Amino acid sequence: MSTARDVIFQRIAKAKGASTPEAAHIAYATIERNYQSAPSLDRAPIIHLLEDRLREYDAHVYRVTESNVGEQVKQILAARNIQRVLVPDGLPESWLQGAIFEIDNQQSALGLNDYTAVLTTATLAIAETGTIVLQNAPGQGRRAITLIPDYHLCILRTTQVVETVVEAMRLLEPTKHLPTTFFSGPSATADIEMTRIKGVHGPRFVDVILVTDEIL
Amino acid sequence: MSRVPLDPRTAPSFQTAAKVLLGDAQLRKNVRHATDVIQNKRRRLVEEKHDWQQMRESGRQIRAHALQHLDIYLAEFERNFTAAGGHIHWARDAAEAQRIVIDLVKQTGTSEVIKIKSMTTEEIQLNNALEAAGVHAFETDLAELIIQLGEDQPSHIVVPALHKNRSQVREIFRKKMNLPNLGETPQDLAEAARQFLREKFLRVPVAISGANFLIAETGGVCIVESEGNGRMCLTLPETLISVVGIEKVLPSWQDLEPLIQLLPRSATGERMNPYNSLWTGVHPGDGPTNMHIVLLDNGRTDVLADHEGRQTLQCIRCGACQNACPVYRQTGGHAYGSVYAGPIGAILTPQLMHMEHSQSLPYASSLCGACYEVCPVKINIPEVLIHLRNKVVEQNGWYAPESLAMKAVAQAFLSEKRFRAAQRLGRIAESPLVKKRKQNKLQVLGQEEAQTPGWIGWLPGLLGGWTDTRDLQAMPKETFRDWWEKRNEKGSNRT
Amino acid sequence: MNVALFITCYNDTLFPSTGKAVVQVLERLGHTVTFPAGQTCCGQMHWNTGYQIEALPLLPRFVAQFEHAEAVVVPSSSCVAMMRDHYPMMAERIAAEGEDKTLPERVAKLLPRIWEFSEFLTKKLGITDVGAYYPHRVTYHASCHGLRGLGLGDGPLSLLKSVRGLELVEISNLEQCCGFGGTFAIKNAEVSSAMLAEKTQAVLNTGAEQCTACDNSCLMHIEGALHRQRTGVGTKHIAEILAHTEADAAAEANNPVEVTV
Ligand code: SF4
Repeated sequence: MSTARDVIFQRIAKAKGASTPEAAHIAYATIERNYQSAPSLDRAPIIHLLEDRLREYDAHVYRVTESNVGEQVKQILAARNIQRVLVPDGLPESWLQGAIFEIDNQQSALGLNDYTAVLTTATLAIAETGTIVLQNAPGQGRRAITLIPDYHLCILRTTQVVETVVEAMRLLEPTKHLPTTFFSGPSATADIEMTRIKGVHGPRFVDVILVTDEIL
Repeated sequence: MSRVPLDPRTAPSFQTAAKVLLGDAQLRKNVRHATDVIQNKRRRLVEEKHDWQQMRESGRQIRAHALQHLDIYLAEFERNFTAAGGHIHWARDAAEAQRIVIDLVKQTGTSEVIKIKSMTTEEIQLNNALEAAGVHAFETDLAELIIQLGEDQPSHIVVPALHKNRSQVREIFRKKMNLPNLGETPQDLAEAARQFLREKFLRVPVAISGANFLIAETGGVCIVESEGNGRMCLTLPETLISVVGIEKVLPSWQDLEPLIQLLPRSATGERMNPYNSLWTGVHPGDGPTNMHIVLLDNGRTDVLADHEGRQTLQCIRCGACQNACPVYRQTGGHAYGSVYAGPIGAILTPQLMHMEHSQSLPYASSLCGACYEVCPVKINIPEVLIHLRNKVVEQNGWYAPESLAMKAVAQAFLSEKRFRAAQRLGRIAESPLVKKRKQNKLQVLGQEEAQTPGWIGWLPGLLGGWTDTRDLQAMPKETFRDWWEKRNEKGSNRT
Repeated sequence: MNVALFITCYNDTLFPSTGKAVVQVLERLGHTVTFPAGQTCCGQMHWNTGYQIEALPLLPRFVAQFEHAEAVVVPSSSCVAMMRDHYPMMAERIAAEGEDKTLPERVAKLLPRIWEFSEFLTKKLGITDVGAYYPHRVTYHASCHGLRGLGLGDGPLSLLKSVRGLELVEISNLEQCCGFGGTFAIKNAEVSSAMLAEKTQAVLNTGAEQCTACDNSCLMHIEGALHRQRTGVGTKHIAEILAHTEADAAAEANNPVEVTV
């Protein structure tokens, strides 16, 4: 008896003729990709663009130098009255100021639900779309920790900011096997009368600290 | 809480359903509002991308290429996803997919699952099948939750509850969530959904999803969403079962470059979806440990076999064609009798049904081309509609009344003489219908009678639809070619 | 230039005045108009309704009638869109069925010489002022085939703007289909009427006396509702507006409008 798999492959072969990996490979190379793939702006405007986009999503954006990160974190947490913060392994000690920082110990989802705040870094950010890309990597941790707490403070360096989606995808190529999350603003829906509502299930509040580490 | 799903095999014809829906003023207002908002946002964001047409062309080529070599990429995806710790299942049709999912859920011992919005699972009517097997599925997307609790049906592939307004949603939530004092702002309603679902996210061990893209090269899966309910379902439960049409596969990571830009701008008028999730199989310590993908045919290979219809499978389910469609905007989605409404539904549904049902759908279009213009992967929907109409005509046979009439007209067009005769005959046939004009000519100096034809207010039989709301000007006494000949005879012409 | 007029089957039968207007405009501009007598229909109605087998034989007939013309002018964008979108493929099919192998090449040669009327003026001749005078308030309806199929863009509007005395008022939902769609208007009469209601409302909102377009098919549809509702607003093919001159206006002034009861 033939399996469902066999039948489906037979149907496909019958529908259009069977293909070979070589034929697919050769044809693949001919696909045109004439869309924009390089930045069109200088560095300073790119960083500005990212800040604008993030603010459009109601995120607060702070620009500091490396030596001031800890102080900025402290101020933000104080203003939000946050005492306890979940963090992944691998963040610089100097960033973790002004609260109790508890390293993720693979607790259950229920355990994560006790935290109101999480602090991480990111792999990169895309200015054009106001997107921050998180991956399972040191300083970013597993996906659940940036999902359940209601407040996410994300710290990244300006050199991690690219202008376009295409540049980002190319930079991500070597780590494309990792669990990856693109987030563009806080959780939102427009399902009711097309009114954008912030915060359904993911974090409702996102702030970003941009660490200037290049000459702009 | 089971509901009667949209099923093309039992749905009334488009004309019949549309007639009813046109009478629902609230629904039409809601649909109009929602599609207006998305269209305007989309237009703005498409205009700001100067490389939009290049992205569209790449998107089209990538999707067409993936279909041309579908066998290769499916096998590659299967290999890589399996190597990454996932399990692949193949389903020839809806019933087989239901069975596979039910078995997988049963193996976990749970009687509850959480679900991400997935039109593919709607297509196979999975929720009802689960319910019958004693498993309750909680829809977690806000719109799907509204539909589920309201025992309603999705009417749009991206915003399935766009036909409901806030007070209608509030009524549903008040009753079904037992919240007598629920407020009416969208914020209140979203907050209610957050409370209602949070506990389920943290507790239910199995999630069911669809997928936006599969990536052959990495065995990767991509899901885009807005609310975070998707991320909850993809990362918190131990088991994740994704039901995905076989056409969703892409060759490589780089193919996402245009597609993840085309999709959000077309679908919701956003530069990027709030969340895009990408992963490749099981990743220890991060997300489900038990991962299954059910690859579904359910008529797709039939579509693939049709050379002209094949492009239908390029679809990335952005819904832009629905928002742009002047027919959809009048009736909403339910008239299409399928979870796939609007122009994409009009071409996809009949093909998935092997042309055995939904034969009225290819005619549910004025062929205005708005869908083709907005489609991010350049599916020539009008062309496919015409192609499917041809199939329907062939099915109906030459003896159908319409067919006889059309053939007679075609015969007339084959010779000038016969055409003239038909023109004359037409004038005679219509003459009893023309409202005679009592012409009280005050001063008509040499005006040709041909310029003042009468009007027809009623037409018989098949043509009666016209005169329900429209008059028809009667045929002028003289055709153009008669005039031309006379003019030449008079020698008043230079030719 | 020697211009062959393809009047189209429905203009021939129902709207001869449009054909006369096209002849008038082209002759006024110094061109010679011919009318190949064997012409009938481009095949659009059959093709779009699903009667491909019936539509196919109309193609060789059309080609034979028009292939020697210097330019072919057609006062109907939907017919021109039909030819551009489908004739090449139809010709291939006929050739593949072994009937006329030369057809694809002949179609390819003929197509670039086929023009929709307004397009012929603005794109081929490069003119917008054809010396017309039409002292009325007019709104322009962009037919879907003209707008999306042929990409007429601002062409027709620029022609109208050059008409002396004409006050052009823009319609709000320019890009929206009027709901005609050939047999759609009959097969889905209810939806078609709902679409039409939106369009006529938009026409009325402009306060125009006349609604014009490059397609009499849409206009017949729109006028059908405007007349049924006794709005007093009429429709006129763009050619008839462009044909209209000061002399016509003077003649009309001497001929009071007839009163019909
Ligand atoms: S057919 Fe095109 S526009 Fe319509 S949903 Fe599919 S991708 Fe989007």
